[in-house]
Amino acid sequence: MAKKITIEPVTRVEGHGKVTIHLDDNNQVTQSRLHIVEFRGFERFVQGRPYWEAPVLVQRLCGICPVSHHLAAAKALDVIVGAGTGDGLTPTGEKMRRLMHYGQMFQSHVLHFFHLAAPDLLFGIDGDPAMRNVIGIALTNKELAVQAVMMRKFGQEIIKATAGKKIHGTGAIPGGINKHLTEAERDSFLNGADPMNIDKMIDWSLGALDFFKGYHKNNKDLIDKFAAYPSNHVSLVRKDGAMDFYHGVLRGIDSESNKILDDIDYQNYLDYIDEEVKSWSYMKFPYLRSIGKKNGWYRVGPLARMNTAEFIPTPLAQKEFEIFRAYTNGKPNNMTMHQHWARLIEILHSAEMMKDLLNDPDLLKGELTVKGTKGNEGVGLLEAPRGTLFHHYRINEKDQITMANLIVSTTNNNIPMNKAVNLAAKQFMNGQTDITEGMMNAVEVAIRAYDPCLSCATHALGKMPLEIKLIDKNENVLDRMLKNG
Amino acid sequence: MSKKIVATTSLAGCFGCHMSLLDIDERILDLIELVEFNKSPIDDIKTFTKQCDIGIIEGGCCNSENVHVLKDFRKNCKILISVGECAIMGGLPAMRNNNASITECLEEAYLNCVSVQANEEKIIPNDEELPMILDKVYPCHEIVKIDYFLPGCAPRADLIWNALVALVTGNEMDLPYEVIKFD
Ligand code: SF4
Repeated sequence: MAKKITIEPVTRVEGHGKVTIHLDDNNQVTQSRLHIVEFRGFERFVQGRPYWEAPVLVQRLCGICPVSHHLAAAKALDVIVGAGTGDGLTPTGEKMRRLMHYGQMFQSHVLHFFHLAAPDLLFGIDGDPAMRNVIGIALTNKELAVQAVMMRKFGQEIIKATAGKKIHGTGAIPGGINKHLTEAERDSFLNGADPMNIDKMIDWSLGALDFFKGYHKNNKDLIDKFAAYPSNHVSLVRKDGAMDFYHGVLRGIDSESNKILDDIDYQNYLDYIDEEVKSWSYMKFPYLRSIGKKNGWYRVGPLARMNTAEFIPTPLAQKEFEIFRAYTNGKPNNMTMHQHWARLIEILHSAEMMKDLLNDPDLLKGELTVKGTKGNEGVGLLEAPRGTLFHHYRINEKDQITMANLIVSTTNNNIPMNKAVNLAAKQFMNGQTDITEGMMNAVEVAIRAYDPCLSCATHALGKMPLEIKLIDKNENVLDRMLKNG
Repeated sequence: MSKKIVATTSLAGCFGCHMSLLDIDERILDLIELVEFNKSPIDDIKTFTKQCDIGIIEGGCCNSENVHVLKDFRKNCKILISVGECAIMGGLPAMRNNNASITECLEEAYLNCVSVQANEEKIIPNDEELPMILDKVYPCHEIVKIDYFLPGCAPRADLIWNALVALVTGNEMDLPYEVIKFD
């Protein structure tokens, strides 16, 4: 008998997500969907607000990586106030923002890896759900838990020193930044008492990579094959092809490495990117216009960045990048679970970048902002932890916002996540009459590889609670299973 | 002393308040000695498995699902705390209350959006799998009785820590004047 399986709530970002899986008479998966079920209406209600409020308002969409929204909005406003599109700021302005951004990449990736992904690796996809969370880690491996907490703390302290507050700071303003770093702050980040100093952070980042590589060696099937599929990849890269999270040109490649977005100026993103709307999700479905709705979708995030960048401009991360690229003989890597590996390399790169920036005297003194000729429209892009984030604003002569458009990282990954769900569902549920907890978690593991911010809950603190319903053609509930309920 | 049981949820919030709870840093390890977590995003407990002492609420109510979860928390927790501006007064999502109708918001996002050029069928999401959006965003105390309010966006980690310790140990908590402001 045909059935529908509902997994709910998958998580929340801007709210909750849920998964529905339809099985036919032979228990074969015929359709699966990841629905995003919350809607905010931000684009409309921000209209009429003065433009300089955008960097502090918009970040309140997401408390997991507020710095991304804070800086993307500020970058769009840089264009509006005539301060250029990323390279027009003063050295102090740009470097303080970069430090803030790399601090947040560090803390957000750490949070995802240790609190969210590591429990699956340590306890197994079908491990005891009671233990398979961050508390389980704290109880069984205190050292790892302390490391996770202290690494996140370091990143949060960097954000506080540059943005003024750990969550929803105010540091970036149109045309620059509103503060310097003090010498005392710099010294404590560089030489703080163990473990709160940058060298320890680099050490621990290398340790986390070793942990993952060891795991990979023993679990090749899971890491290489699970929910893997070819796709396009998009990210910002520096003009010379280097990995850059803060600024660059937009590059896209297909699964064979052919360029499909040739280092474009993102002020013109509308010429290249469009979004499809589907009735069953509040999250839109972006695609490249040159390829079309059907095949123009793409992945963003750590894996995409590893594929689009030609090199990483810090030595330790570059070494790891070379190992990563050699694993697929230099071809684009399309293995979904390699997102975790890529994320760990980015943790290391972020730590190295923070160290370089902390040693830069421009942070301690120098002009904070630049002024220019005001315009009425600006686009700000950057690489958020989860991938490319787009902010676009227009203002009127009274300085009020008249149009706001956001394409957030997780939205860019909408189709990729749906693909991953479909593959996981097919692999684990095809032909099965009983749905087990482990099968449900497999679907989560596939979603979780993308660190979706629709799963703030999850991704922040542990695991997505799931509910699965089996419903027949006539919508009768046949079986209902609460995960650990 | 038996451990107090704590549940947490994020309704129409940004998860920043939960992040601020995490910002107690090392004290997280002390916290799990002091309390036991029940239904919360930090574990896999999806429905209440027992009566809880303290329920921490982040976010206001913007859809039917939020209202349902909040009422469930009231039923299952002795004490409910609204943490952060969203829970206390709707916060940023409540900007839509005075600024725009929900229809206008939906049209802006799906029909008028500059990067939605190819929505020929003028689709606005309305699937039966999606919960009903409320006419306004409501603060939690307009839906159920709330016992305590912790201000801030997000409330600073120390404040959350002090509140939890006070409640767990039965002492009165110190809420200095400076923290009773928006941020
Ligand atoms: S109060 Fe602030 S930090 Fe808390 S959920 Fe609301 S916007 Fe986020």
